Amino acid sequence: MLAQILQQLPQQLLNGLVLGSTYALFALGFTLMFGVLGVINLTYGFYFSTGAFLALYATKGLGLPIGLALPGAAVLTGLIAVLFDAALLTPLRRKKAPELASLMVTLGATLLLYTLMTALFGTEIRRLPPAVISHAAITLGDVRMNMSQILIMVTTVLIVLALLSLIRFTRLGLAMRALAENGEAAQLMGVNTDAVVWLVSFISGALGSAAGVLIGLNFNAIQPYMGETMMLKGFAVIIIGGLGDIRGALVAGILIGVLEVLTAGFISSNLKDAVGFVLLVATLWFRPVGLFGRAPVKRA
Amino acid sequence: MSAALDNFFFSYQSLIFAVGINGLLALSIYTVLAVGQLSLGQAAFMGLGAYVSALLTLHLNWPFPAVLLAAMVVPALAALLIGGPTLKLTGVYLALATIALGEILRIVCNASDFTGGALGLSGIPSKTSFTLIFSLLALVLLGFVLVARSRLGRAMEAMREDEVAAGVMGVNLPAMKMGALVVSAMLAGLAGALNAHANSFIGPNDYSFDQAVTILSFALLGGIGSPFGPVLGAIILTLLPEFLTALHDFKLVVNGFIIVVAVLFMPRGLLVWRIGRIG
Repeated sequence: MLAQILQQLPQQLLNGLVLGSTYALFALGFTLMFGVLGVINLTYGFYFSTGAFLALYATKGLGLPIGLALPGAAVLTGLIAVLFDAALLTPLRRKKAPELASLMVTLGATLLLYTLMTALFGTEIRRLPPAVISHAAITLGDVRMNMSQILIMVTTVLIVLALLSLIRFTRLGLAMRALAENGEAAQLMGVNTDAVVWLVSFISGALGSAAGVLIGLNFNAIQPYMGETMMLKGFAVIIIGGLGDIRGALVAGILIGVLEVLTAGFISSNLKDAVGFVLLVATLWFRPVGLFGRAPVKRA
Repeated sequence: MSAALDNFFFSYQSLIFAVGINGLLALSIYTVLAVGQLSLGQAAFMGLGAYVSALLTLHLNWPFPAVLLAAMVVPALAALLIGGPTLKLTGVYLALATIALGEILRIVCNASDFTGGALGLSGIPSKTSFTLIFSLLALVLLGFVLVARSRLGRAMEAMREDEVAAGVMGVNLPAMKMGALVVSAMLAGLAGALNAHANSFIGPNDYSFDQAVTILSFALLGGIGSPFGPVLGAIILTLLPEFLTALHDFKLVVNGFIIVVAVLFMPRGLLVWRIGRIG
């Protein structure tokens, strides 16, 4: 029994790492939106689905290679995200509405968008053409992984590094940090806050979309509600990692992924999806600000 | 005349029950919104009440009043578990944690044989009546009207408008928030138990995220200036699909649309009238 577990463990850990990377990849744009704009934007899951559907259309309908379909979908979805932000959230920002108003408005919009998308595309599962990515796999000892899994892990690490350097070392990053700290003060210091809000919405939408393409590629199952399922994992990831923290999203995503795979492998696959939520509730009780979070300060 | 009335009740019984039960659900979300918080766990509290009540009736054959009581106590405990850590933080945490509660419940109900798994529980005896549902609704409404006219109601309104200011004025914010969440969980649990004993069947997917959002749309359409607003919203949104049959497939589109429009353009809802204070 123990020997068997030990023999399976490396492959299970690797599978967990890959699954965790998909969660982290998904949560990056989501946590960026919260970190800078201070809103839980529930339409984020819709960008994930949109990205996957756009890539499906580009590869199947237009016959484009994935190398073009992925950035194309990301840019288009980014623009959609800017539009939605302008229509739904900017009016509330102008009115200085309470933070829960923005959560509610995106909640309503999400319900509307998913239902419309389902009416348009139906709920059947669609697949990207098999020729899109090589199905070669590398084997190292007992461990085996395929191209799309490697692609997901590499992309996740690259995006995390890119985001962290953007925030830390560039002028835009400085403006983002200023906006996150205090919007009005940032504006008074000459930051074009509208432009920063648009850029952050664009980057987040594009990240969500890219995650949708890559994860759609890996699981090869695309349907309108894929974003909503992922969103529920996303909540767990960003709370456990700390709301708005990029490193937290990476660590929490991988933690959940690994624990889920281990639960499914050694306990019961039915309980796999409960792992993230149990961790979430435990986080709220014992370290509510999350792994990397700072205590929120309430100002009058 | 009486025969015609009987006939009418018979044909529309489930719809009439749904109006009353949705009215209770609307009041349950109202309780939380009234103190400026947002819970997306009302469907989960309702589901807890429904499952607890159905299991007690089916397996232990408890008397109905005791079943209803248990269906209120269990969600209240869940509310304490979720509210304990989150209510000290900003409102976002409660909203997200209550979503998590709903998911955990759905996963457990789907996975456990005890709750009938994905097939749910069927053959729940019909124990509700028109009189029971609507007198409970009237009773709860009356309770809310009395609260709205009291010191407690003014404290709730103050919290909703400006939490920090209310806190400075001596409103016990943590106790108020927790009280509101517990009461709302009890109301949702009660509605769940009534629903289970009106429909004879419950399944894990009846209490999904979509249901939580639908309950929210009741309150946002009607407005939360007074407890009558959410009930009005529930009545409209329960009856609307019956009159516009073409709407059935797009029911959730309408609910989503109403939330967007309500938050952006009519934050006070349809019923802007509020209950005055005494003296």
